[in-house]
Parts: sequence; C-alpha cells; structure tokens
Amino acid sequence: MSERLKIENLYKVFSSSPERAMQLLTAGASKDRILAETATVVGLNNVSLSIPSGAIYMIMGLSGSGKSTLARCINRLNEPTAGKILLDGEDLVTLDENQLREVRRTRISMVFQHFALLPNKTVIENTEFGLKLRGVSAVQRRQRAEEVLAIVGLAKWADHHPHELSGGMRQRVGLARALATDADVLIMDEAFSALDPLIRTEMQDELLRLQRTLKKTILFITHDFQEALKLGTRIAIMADGQVVREGTPQEIVMDPGSDYVAAFTREVDRSRLFDARSIMQTAGTLLVQGNTRVVGNDSASAFVLNTLGEAVGVLDSASLLAVGGGADALQRLSTQFVSVPANAKLVEVARLLKPGLPVAVVDCDGLFLGTLSSAHILDCIASVAAQRPNAAEVAQHA
Amino acid sequence: MLSSEDLAVFPVDQWISQGVEWLGVHLRPIFLAIRWPVENLLALSDTLIHAIPFPLMVLLMFLVAYRAASLGVALFSAVALVVIAALGVWDEAMTTLSLITTAIVICMLVGIPVGVWCARSERVWRVMRPILDIMQTTPTFVYLVPVVMLFGVGTVSGEVAVVISACPPLIRFTYLGIRMVETELVEAGHAFGADHRQLLWEIQLPLAIPTILGGLNQTVLTAMVMSVVVAMIGAEGLGLVVLQGLGRMDVGRAAVGGIAIVLLAMMLDRITQKLAQPSVRKRKSLFKRLLNTRPANT
Repeated sequence: MSERLKIENLYKVFSSSPERAMQLLTAGASKDRILAETATVVGLNNVSLSIPSGAIYMIMGLSGSGKSTLARCINRLNEPTAGKILLDGEDLVTLDENQLREVRRTRISMVFQHFALLPNKTVIENTEFGLKLRGVSAVQRRQRAEEVLAIVGLAKWADHHPHELSGGMRQRVGLARALATDADVLIMDEAFSALDPLIRTEMQDELLRLQRTLKKTILFITHDFQEALKLGTRIAIMADGQVVREGTPQEIVMDPGSDYVAAFTREVDRSRLFDARSIMQTAGTLLVQGNTRVVGNDSASAFVLNTLGEAVGVLDSASLLAVGGGADALQRLSTQFVSVPANAKLVEVARLLKPGLPVAVVDCDGLFLGTLSSAHILDCIASVAAQRPNAAEVAQHA
Repeated sequence: MLSSEDLAVFPVDQWISQGVEWLGVHLRPIFLAIRWPVENLLALSDTLIHAIPFPLMVLLMFLVAYRAASLGVALFSAVALVVIAALGVWDEAMTTLSLITTAIVICMLVGIPVGVWCARSERVWRVMRPILDIMQTTPTFVYLVPVVMLFGVGTVSGEVAVVISACPPLIRFTYLGIRMVETELVEAGHAFGADHRQLLWEIQLPLAIPTILGGLNQTVLTAMVMSVVVAMIGAEGLGLVVLQGLGRMDVGRAAVGGIAIVLLAMMLDRITQKLAQPSVRKRKSLFKRLLNTRPANT
C-alpha cells in the first residue's frame, strides 16, 4: 500500500499568539505547564503519522486527547500551528484559501458526529450538496447522488427530509454526501458515536462492506477502542495531544507498550481479534525421508508433509523416535489431526478443535504453515500473552 | 450650600440642537438622498393600496392570510377589514397600511443585509449593537424632533421615523438567526468547500429564516405602534384620527381610531406570526390546497 497522507511534526496551540507556547513545547514542556504559564491549550504536540492509501486508519483517544483536533487540522477546519500535512506529497498547510477550497471540494470529504445534514433540504439534496458547491450541473449531480444513495441503501428515501429518518439512516446520508464528491480521503469524526449500539454495529459492518469496493483512505476518529479494533487497518492512540501508540490492532493488543494503552486492551476479546496465523508456532524440519518431510517444534506431535507441503499426518513422540530410528514415517503416521485455516479467528479455531488432537494451521491452498496447541490458544485469549512488552518499549512510550 | 442647579453647567441641549442644525444645513444632500427613495416608495404603495377597491382588498387580505396562516386568521382578517370600513375610517386605515408596508419593505431591504453583515463580522456587530440599543430605547417622541429638523414634517418624515424604530428588531433577529445556525452545519459547509457566498445562501440564510421572520413580526408591530405616534409630526392615517379626537376632546372619534388600529395590528400580527412558524411554510400551493379539502398532512 502506498502512502496517501503523511503528517509530519504537527502542532496545534489554541491561541492567537502561539509563539511562546510553541517555544515551551519544543523545549519539551508539558501540556499542563504550558496551560499554567501561558494560559493556552495545546491541542496537538508533535504528531507524525503515515496513513497508507486504502486503509481505515483509526485515531483513538479519550475526550481532550486531541483526536478531533487532529482530524480537523487535516482539512484545516482547525489551522495547524506548525508542521506539515502531505496529501500525495502536497503540503495542505501552505495552501491559500482558493486552493484549500478546491482540496475540500474534490480531495477530502468529511462525515460528522451529529450528521450535520441540512434540515431544509431533502435527502438527495443533502447528498448532492458537495457537488453543488463544486458547480456540477443539476442533472449530473442528481444522477451521481442517486448512485451514491443506492450504494448506501437509501434510494427510496431520496425525497424525504432528514427529520423523517432514523439516526442510522441519517448517518448513511452523511456518508453518501461524503462519498458523492469522490474524494479519496474521508474524515469520519466520531461518525458512529451518536448511534445506538445495535445501529452502530450495523453501520460498522456496512462501512467495512463499502470499503471493500471503494478503497478510500479513511481517517476514522473514535473514543471506542472496540470500534478501533473492528474497523482499523491501523490504529493511532492519542493522549494529551500526542500519539502514544501506533500499529495494527493485533500489534497493539499483543504489546500495548504502556499502562495507558494496556488499560484499553485489557478488556479486549482476543478470541475475535487474533487469527490462527498470528499466534501459530512455526515448525522446523526434523528429518527428511524420500519425498516426505517431518516437521515439528517443541510441542508433542510432529507433522508429516508431502512434496507439495500439505500435512498428511502426525507422529506422536513414540512414533517420532521410531521414525528417527529408521522406520517409515508414512507407515507410522496417524491421520487424527485438525486443520484450521490461517485466517480463522481464534473463536472459530476453538470450534474446530477436538480434544487431544494436534492442530495444523494451513493457508488457503492447504499448505502447512505451523501448529497450534490448545494451551497456547487459551494463553493468548487469557492474555497471559506469550510476548510481554519489553522494557525498552515501555520506556519509549511512557 | 451647593445646590444641583449650580452644577447644571453642561449645555448639552444646546450642543445637540446646534449639532442637529449643523447636520441639517451641511449634510442636506444626504438627507435629501435618503428622503427620495422613501418618498417614492411611499407614494407608490399609497397609490396602489388606495387604488384597490374595498371588496377586492378584503378578498385579497383573506387570500393572503389564508395562504400565509390559516382559515381562522383569514376569516378574522376579512371581518376586521369590514369592521374598519364600518367605522368609517377605511381611507385612513389604508394610508396607515401603506405606511406600514413601505416601512416593512425598507426595513427588509436595509435590516436583513445589515443583520447578515453583523453576523459575519464581530467588529461590525460591536459598533452596531450600541446603535441598535439607542434606536430601541430612545423614547419615540425624542427623535421626532431631529427627524423633523432633518427631514421636515409630513408623511414622508413620519415614514423615516417609523423605519428607524422598526428596523432594529429585524437586524437583531437576522444576526441572531445566523449566529444560531449549528456550528456543525457551518463546519460541514466549510468541509465541503463552500465559499462565503455559498455558506450564506446554502446554509446560513435558509436556516435563519424562521428567526428572521420572527424579527419581521416584531418589525411589523413596532411599525404599527410608530405609525400612530408619527401623526404628531404630520403623518396621515389612523394616528391622525386619534390625534384629532384627542385635540377636540372627542373621545368617540379617538376611540374609533384606536379600535381600527388594534384590528389592523392584530391582523398583521397573526399573519406574520404564522409565517415564522416553520411547519406552516412547507404548504402545498394555494391552488392545490383549495382543490384539496382534506387538511394537509405533514
């Protein structure tokens, strides 16, 4: 994935004369000290992020962490105090008013927490709003709006007013409006936070479904860590205007890096987050016998692979010793084992497990990738995690 | 012993008199320039309104009230006009009506743009606010004198006084209406790349309309009140009926003027009040509504 949006050393200080606060900030003063000394609020403190094209990039943080400020800096609803925002290499911070307007009309669109639909316009008029501002002809923009409304499943509601719609439907209109302009970057500022839990889940699924075909670069702001895990290709966790942890959902849960982040990851349902591949143990070749290969690791059973690399059977420790002593592996193997696809979540793996049988992790072509033991799966779900955060990383994020 | 008279050394009254006199002499072209459009507009509406025959006027007001408000208001308007005619002050009432409609037109032409300007610039609003306060709190009698000195006597300078007192509510409500538009909606406008003009016409003004119409209602009522007071500087209309009644100690005549004023005021108030209620604005066309006897289901 190529990089679409890059944020370099972004600062935001809420003040008409931010020089003093900036001096203190770059000298390493804390947000609280700057508030006490200069009575200015620091929104963003040296934020650098790289957002790959086609990703759903989650910015997660509690209120006051600067997550919304960051999102609003990107389309400059908030003016950054210092730093760069590079959209395909072009620095948005240096754009003049006209250039900025053009970027907002064509490159970046936005979905709002409280929908921000115009109550006096119908659903379809709201949807074509961005195109109207851009000066697209009435016929063309109506056509495009109809297309987008069909995508979000609201074609029948085109001529109704927003107040006749439920919250979830209104946000679909908000989404349709943002999609209508064909911008490659979508900022979703707490887009689902105002919705009921059930509707929220539905909208999250819908967004994931849409994203499979749309492949937009989505910057999604949320205070809900579960939402971040569910939707995110990558997650940046913010606190006090800084990014405290950045990575894929699995990386972050596996290795929170700090107590602050660990507080979020503690309650995570790991069985639905991790797939077999992410926690499997790889196996090394133990011995080769003609066309078959015996692979294993420190778990009790060894797998016998054929020439293609498919697992054909398992050897228990006694058989393995015998095979080591010269017996034919194909004669001694047992076919009593379980194969699980590498992309199966642990909760699905748990369903496939049979007591006492070894587990082989296979890829989509059926090739053997590694092994899983039930103890290992339980360990991971119970977060007695195999990998503990190492001391250096803790120090870095603290 | 120091008495309060000893301190009365500020000849403010003289200063203001001299100031107004100076304005009248040196800025005469400006006041003439202000007077000209007012005079012509007033003449136009006066001619138009007086040209409409009585039955047609009743029907017209009935339809306007029905379209803008409801059947009840429409019936009330028709009855009110008939009663005014029955009181024998039809011509005077029509003069007052033209005075008010002209004032409303001028107030809208001036007040709404000024209100928009105030809403968009904090600096303009800081200057405008005390001026509006002065315009609204100064007793109406007090500025009749400078108006007479600057614009002369008669219906036209009466109209100027009416506009001065009726305009502030509209400016305030327009300012308020635009300022009260949800910030998220304004942000949405910015986020999708609206320029200043688009922001105003696509988002701010449409959403401010109910508030602006509320201001219009206030403007109508203030104009109504003022149209009576300006009889003292020679403006014609119902106010003059009351003034004449008072002058001749003719209670009956004054009361007739008063009743007609109240009826006219109530009629205008009900019509404009309904305009400000958003639910009524999304009505079908008059024609469709007249054909369709069932109540509109919105």
